[in-house]
This record gives sequence, structure tokens and C-alpha cells, in this order.
Amino acid sequence: MSDAASAPPADPAARSRRISTRWLREFSLLPAMALLILIGFIESPNFLTSDNFLAMLQQSTELSVLVLAEALILISGRMDLSLESTVTLAPVIALWLVLPTSGNRFNGLGFGVEWLAIPICLLVGAAIGAVNGFLILKMNLNGFVVTLGMLTMLHGLVIVIDGGQTIFTLPPSFAYIGNAEWGGLPASVWVCGVLFAVGIAALGWYRHGRSLYAIGGNPGAARAAGIRVERTVWIVLIIGSMLAAFAGMLYTGRLGSASASQGTGKIFEVFAATVIGGVSMNGGRGSLFGALTGVLTLKLIENVLTFGHVSAQDIEFFNGVVILVALIVSRYTSGAAQD
Amino acid sequence: MTTQDLGAAGATGRPVGGVATAIAVSKSFGATRALIDVDISVAPGEAHALVGRNGAGKSTLVSLLTGLARPDGGQILFDGHDAPPLSDRAAWQSRVACVYQKSTIIPTLSVAENLFLNRQSDGLRRISWRALRARAADLLAEYEIDVDPSAAASTLAVDQRQVLEIARALSFGAKFIILDEPTAQLDGAKIAGLFDRLRRLQDSGVAFLFISHHLAEVYEVCQTVTVYRDARHILTAPVAGLDKDALIEAMTGEDRSERAEFAVAEYTPKAEAKPALEIRDLSLAGVYEDFSVTVGEGEIVGLAGAGGSGVVALGETVAGLHRPSGGSVTVAGRKVRTGSVPDALRAGLGFVPEDRHAQGVVPMRPIAENITLTAMDRLARHGFFTGDSLRRAGSALMERLDVKAEGPDQPVGALSGGNQQKVVMGRALANSPKALVLIRPTAGVDVKSKESLLGTVRQAADDGCGALLVSDEVDDLRIAHRVVVMFKGAVVAEFPSGWSDAELIAAVEGLSGTGTDDPLIAEREQQNIANERPGHE
Ligand SMILES: Nc1ncnc2c1ncn2[C@@H]1O[C@H](COP(=O)(O)OP(=O)(O)OP(=O)(O)O)[C@@H](O)[C@H]1O
Ligand SMILES: [Mg+2]
Repeated sequence: MSDAASAPPADPAARSRRISTRWLREFSLLPAMALLILIGFIESPNFLTSDNFLAMLQQSTELSVLVLAEALILISGRMDLSLESTVTLAPVIALWLVLPTSGNRFNGLGFGVEWLAIPICLLVGAAIGAVNGFLILKMNLNGFVVTLGMLTMLHGLVIVIDGGQTIFTLPPSFAYIGNAEWGGLPASVWVCGVLFAVGIAALGWYRHGRSLYAIGGNPGAARAAGIRVERTVWIVLIIGSMLAAFAGMLYTGRLGSASASQGTGKIFEVFAATVIGGVSMNGGRGSLFGALTGVLTLKLIENVLTFGHVSAQDIEFFNGVVILVALIVSRYTSGAAQD
Repeated sequence: MTTQDLGAAGATGRPVGGVATAIAVSKSFGATRALIDVDISVAPGEAHALVGRNGAGKSTLVSLLTGLARPDGGQILFDGHDAPPLSDRAAWQSRVACVYQKSTIIPTLSVAENLFLNRQSDGLRRISWRALRARAADLLAEYEIDVDPSAAASTLAVDQRQVLEIARALSFGAKFIILDEPTAQLDGAKIAGLFDRLRRLQDSGVAFLFISHHLAEVYEVCQTVTVYRDARHILTAPVAGLDKDALIEAMTGEDRSERAEFAVAEYTPKAEAKPALEIRDLSLAGVYEDFSVTVGEGEIVGLAGAGGSGVVALGETVAGLHRPSGGSVTVAGRKVRTGSVPDALRAGLGFVPEDRHAQGVVPMRPIAENITLTAMDRLARHGFFTGDSLRRAGSALMERLDVKAEGPDQPVGALSGGNQQKVVMGRALANSPKALVLIRPTAGVDVKSKESLLGTVRQAADDGCGALLVSDEVDDLRIAHRVVVMFKGAVVAEFPSGWSDAELIAAVEGLSGTGTDDPLIAEREQQNIANERPGHE
């Protein structure tokens, strides 16, 4: 075979057109974000301030981590609804195990030292992902129904463990990552940025990351090409649940408490952000960067609504409306059907 | 274990010391026994044909030989050594490369990534997209595939995708390559190019397992042929000593003398008959221009053309898949809104698409549902249809079309390739259409079923339906009352029934239109021959 240099030069016009369409897809939400920022700017002088944006970024971190998890899973052609419950269950189990047996409103089992709560939290996440993987891949159950079942069951389990109360006593080590600041930025924003950078690099430039697209696009073909489909999907489900557990840690740390009600309803936002960001529900299509812009767009919408003095009781309704509108708009700006 | 001790004798007493050997393997899918104690042994450097009717178990053997499925019983050996464990995909890939019957192109990825799927880079190294595109461009140039390596694979035509699969399989440098019906979607020039390549690889010591329903191809490229029938091994013999009738007899288990003959009578329109399908000045920019034809009730018109001639696009336009730049389509006197599939269906058009994977079937749903998809309205009583009427209608069509399956409730995805094609055909017929557009309706269908499939088209025509049969296979076209030939988007010839294979093929290849005494045409013919190999279209 001849070497690369002798390859026929691709038609330059076609090439630039192609690159521009790819960029268009990646950045299709930027105009919408710019528009939202403009609206916010008109609404209130307090909108375009670093304080507001920092707060908004920090509030986006948990959702971003969840969206990262869901995007990985959707790209591999699966879905996981139970992430929502993992967000609360993993921290609650971790706290329950390590908190002392007496002296607080919520008494734990006093198992081991306090910093163990962090690895336990992540391990609980991994275990939930592993169970999902077992039910979906080994027992061949439907992923939607399995994770819907897990969503309900795990939510119930949180209430069984904490008796419906809110846990306010947090070991400082456990709360650290959710409320610390590094160099003027919340630590959670840094960590979140690093996680996305790693994810984007893996899915863009590494063989194992690319295999997620192949699996989501056509699992039979991926298997024929030598990709270990089941194992890879299982790993993705485990990583996804661990990310959800980590999001739970961020959430708990930021709010200074953990309770069963914390994650409720989040999964809708997670899916909305992921799909607005251009990730296909049918697998094999989308990018993590796009998903991240989806999160930021949603958070901007929320922020703009708050500044627009939409009352707290109406905000849920408007939020829903705007998300649906955003879905419709992104369907056209990205030029691809959301399937 | 060495080649020598195994070379002695296999289960059937035949030598088994080949690059790839299966000894007494069996495989069942639930109640379906796909393979029962079959053997095969491919010698080094040999081109070995595997033939058999639809559902005989050929593709199942392929999945066992490539490590995608585990045999229920029996043994698979490569060079006399036990096959690696199924989990070790890399080991399998170093022993055997394969073009599968089902498409293994991932539509959402680029052409370049498809070609080097799961080998974009070594191990944990970072992928260099630039280098990957260059490698892909090399490979594409070598195979004369004119596509942009970074285009999405979903934008490719069916035949381009097939060539891509072939290029990928051959690029592994394996000593043993399996081709499961590689030619079903290709035209003559591409097939010839493929065969050239296979012969060259064979000279360098590569062995092939070649599966095809075109027996002429078996005679052209293979030295040995193995026949399976109803999941069992029937015979293995040198191709040279076996005539075609004997081969077909081995495949069908029936005496060849009782085969159906298609003698096409002259088409004589009934006095009061109105045209079933009327196409006026249809154009699709850059593909074909000003095409007109009138298909009478009960008439079958063949439309022949090679890849790039525009015949497939034309058929698809008539069915509403493309919006033409001009012209009109009329079905049984009702003008169809062009570019609308539902409108074409409503007007009474039945359609068999080229790409059954993408446009043909819903793989997870039962056969009965797939086959009656277009007729749901008619089967429904007061807006509801009962499972029973569905199943009955499905069974009737399955019988008519010779679909080999467990029953009407089996999902279509579990059928063999050829049987899926029959389901697509059944769907076109289910609605008692007034006109039919069939694109390569017998792709992947075995010799015997081909006859029954074409028989049903004839039957539909005799019942008053008009058919436009798009194909470049002379066997299909033989049932047509006349054949229109297209070359590079324009009609170049029309033959009434009674044409000879040679004149039709010459017209399809653009070598001659009406007669070859014309000096201009003779000259063009010369040029075309000069251009033809390798692979110019
Ligand atoms: N995944 C599956 N589940 C159930 N049955 C299957 C499955 N795959 C194949 N079969 C059945 O096994 C039998 C053999 O199928 P196979 O695909 O090997 O046939 P084939 O010889 O390749 O036919 P064709 O020429 O039509 O491609 C068929 O009866 C088919 O219905
Ligand atoms: Mg097959």
C-alpha cells in the first residue's frame, strides 16, 4: 500500500463545508445561549455579574455530572433512569454507615472512620450500576423498565434508611468537595471541568471511547469488529452510576444536608439537557461537549426566569414550557432529528 | 494437536487439515435447528463455495466460524488448532475476516472510522484522525470507491456500503476470508472487479469461503463446492465435475425436470384496459432525465441498468422516496403527489425497496405483522384488527412466497436473509396493488424460491396488476414482456421479449443500443472495453 502522502487530496471545498457543519452541530446552542444572556442583561443589572455566573456555574455542576453520565449511557445505546435515586441513595448510605451511633438527630452505625464516607459513596454508586448491568445485560430485561424499577425502589430505600428525615450532620471531609473554593472558583466547577475534559478526550480520541459510538450505532457490527459489547456497556453503566454518586456528594456538600427529596424530578432535567445538547436517545450520536452546552442552556433559562420575577409557584410550569420550546428549537438548529 | 493427526479423517471420513474446519457442528435457535452435525473444510489457498436454499444454515455457519456464536456441539479448528475462546475477539480476527450478510456498517460513524473500526489506533494510543483519514483514502482509492472518507456512512448508497464492507474485510490481511453473499447488491462491473481481486489474493495463498445464490459465480471463482440442505451437509465436490442441474438438485432435493419454465407470451392489452402505471417525463436532477413509460394492466416492464445508471433512483422516485425535479406519475388513472410515499401507497402502488435493512422490515416484529403492514387498513374491522385475521393473512402470504420460518409469530429479524427479502415482497403484494415497483426483488433469494417469487409477480400481473421490475439480473428480467435499458440516466434501448442475454448485457453496460454496425457505437464500445477494467463505470 502506498504511504499517506500519496493519498488523493480531498476536495477542499467539500472538506471545509463538512467541518463547518460539524462545528455547527457542536455549537448549535451558542446563539440561543447568547440570546438568553441578552435577555437576562436587559432584565436586571445583577444578571451579568461574576457573582451570578459563579453561583449559576456551581449550581450547574451536579446536573452537569449527571448529564455526563447519562450522555455516556445514551451514546452507548442504553438509558438509565435510576441515576436520580443514586444521587440521594449513595450519600445517605455512606453517611448512615459512618456517622456515630449516638449524639445526633440522625444516628448512623458508626462504622469506621469518617473519611471512609467518600469511597463508600462511590462504591454504592458502582454497585447500583453493576446491578443494573446484570439485570439488563445478563438477564436481558428491558433497560427502561429495569431502571424505572430501580428508580422507585432506591428512592424507597433512602426513606427506609433515613426514616424520612434530613441528615444535617456531615463529616467535613465528605462536605468538602461540594463547598470548597479553589483559586476563586468553586472546587466542584474545577472537578466538573476535569471530568468533562477527560470524557471528551476519551470519546474523541481514544479507541475505547469511540467504541461507545459503535455500540450505540449498531451493536451487532460492533461485536463483529471485535468490540466486547456487553462488557463495555456494563462498564459504562457502572461509571454512570459512580458519577451520579459523585453528583450526590457535590449536592450534599453544597446544601450541607442529605434527604430523600433532594433529587426528585431531576431525571427529566437530565434527559432534557442531554437531548437539547444533541445526544440521540437511540444511541450512537451526540457529543459530551454538546451535552454540556445543553446543561448551561437549561441553567441560563432557569436563571433568566428567576430574574424575570416569575414567582416560585409558577416557575415549574414555565421551566417545563421553556424546556419543551428549547427541544423544538434545538431540533431545527442542529438540523438532525432527535431520535 | 497438529495438522497431521487431524489430517487423517474427520467425522465424514474427509480430510480436515484445512485453514478452517468445522467437524460435526450443530446449532439451534430455540426450536429451529439451523445446523445439524455439518462439516466443512476449507483447504489453504482454495476458494470454497457454500450453497443451499434460503434458511439452509449458511449464515449460521458463518457466525460459528467467525466466533460470533458458539456451536451447541462439534468442533471448529483453524490450521488444525482449536478455535480460540469466544471472548478473545482479537484472536478470531487474526484467523478469519468476514463480509457478513447483514450490514455491519455503522451509519452514524464516518466512512474512515467504519473501515478501521476498533483499530483506529494501537492499544491505548491517541487516535490521529488525520492519519486515519489518509489510511482510509488509500484503501478507498485502492478499491476505486469514490467517497469522501469523512462522510457519514449513512450517506452511502447500498452498493457503496457493500464495497466498503468488502474492502474492510480484505484489508485485515487474514489468510482466510468469508464472503456471505457479497454480490447480492452489486452490479456486473463491481462484481467483476471483486472477482479479479479475489483471484489475486488467492494467488498469494488466501483461502475463501464464498456464499452466493448465483451459481454462475460459483463456477467462475470456486474450486470446491459444499451444499447444505435443511441444516444438513449434503455434498462436497470439486466444482469442475459437477454440472449446474446436479448442483441445483443437491440444493433442492428435487428432480430438475419438474422446474417451472417462464415462457413469456406477447403482451396484448385488453381492449378496455387503462394503464396501470404511467410515468411521464420524470427527471431527477443529475441522475436521470425525461423518463417516460406506460405499463399496462397485466404487463411487466423490465427496467435494466448498472449501478450509476439511475434505475434504482427512478424506481425509488416512483415509489415516492425522492421528489423529482419534473414529470408526473399516474397509478391506475390517479395522479400521485410525487415525493410522497403514503400518497403512492394510497394510489395503489406496491413497492419492494433495495435496502431491506433500512426500508424493508421491522426486525423485532412478527412476520405476520411485517408482511401485512401495508394492508392493516383492509384487515381492520371498524378500525380494529384482530390478531387472528392478521395471522391468517400473514400465513397465506408466507405460503404463497415460500417463506421458511417457524410460523407467522416469529420476529422477522430471526429469519435468514433470503426469507426476509420474501417478507418484503409479501408486504408489497399484501395490499392487492394496482401497480408494483420492484427493485432487485430477488436479491439474496435462492434459485428455487426465485422461481416462486417471480411466479407470484407473474400471478399478480395476470390478476391485472402492472409491474415495473428494476433489476440487472437477466433471470429476473426474463418474466418481463419488454425490457427498457437505461445507461447514465437515459434510455438507450428497449427489447421486446425474446432478447438474448448478450445483447441485453451489452446494452446495460452501455456498449450498444440498437445495433453494433454503427461505426460510432462500435468505437464507443472499444473505448468502454478499454475503460472497463478495473472498475470504471
Ligand atoms: N437469531 C435467530 N433466531 C432464531 N432463528 C434463527 C436466527 N438466526 C437464524 N435462524 C434460523 O436458522 C435457520 C438458518 O438461517 P441462516 O441465516 O443460517 O440461513 P441461510 O442459509 O444463510 O439463508 P439465506 O440464503 O436466506 O441467507 C433459518 O431457519 C432461520 O430462521
Ligand atoms: Mg444467509
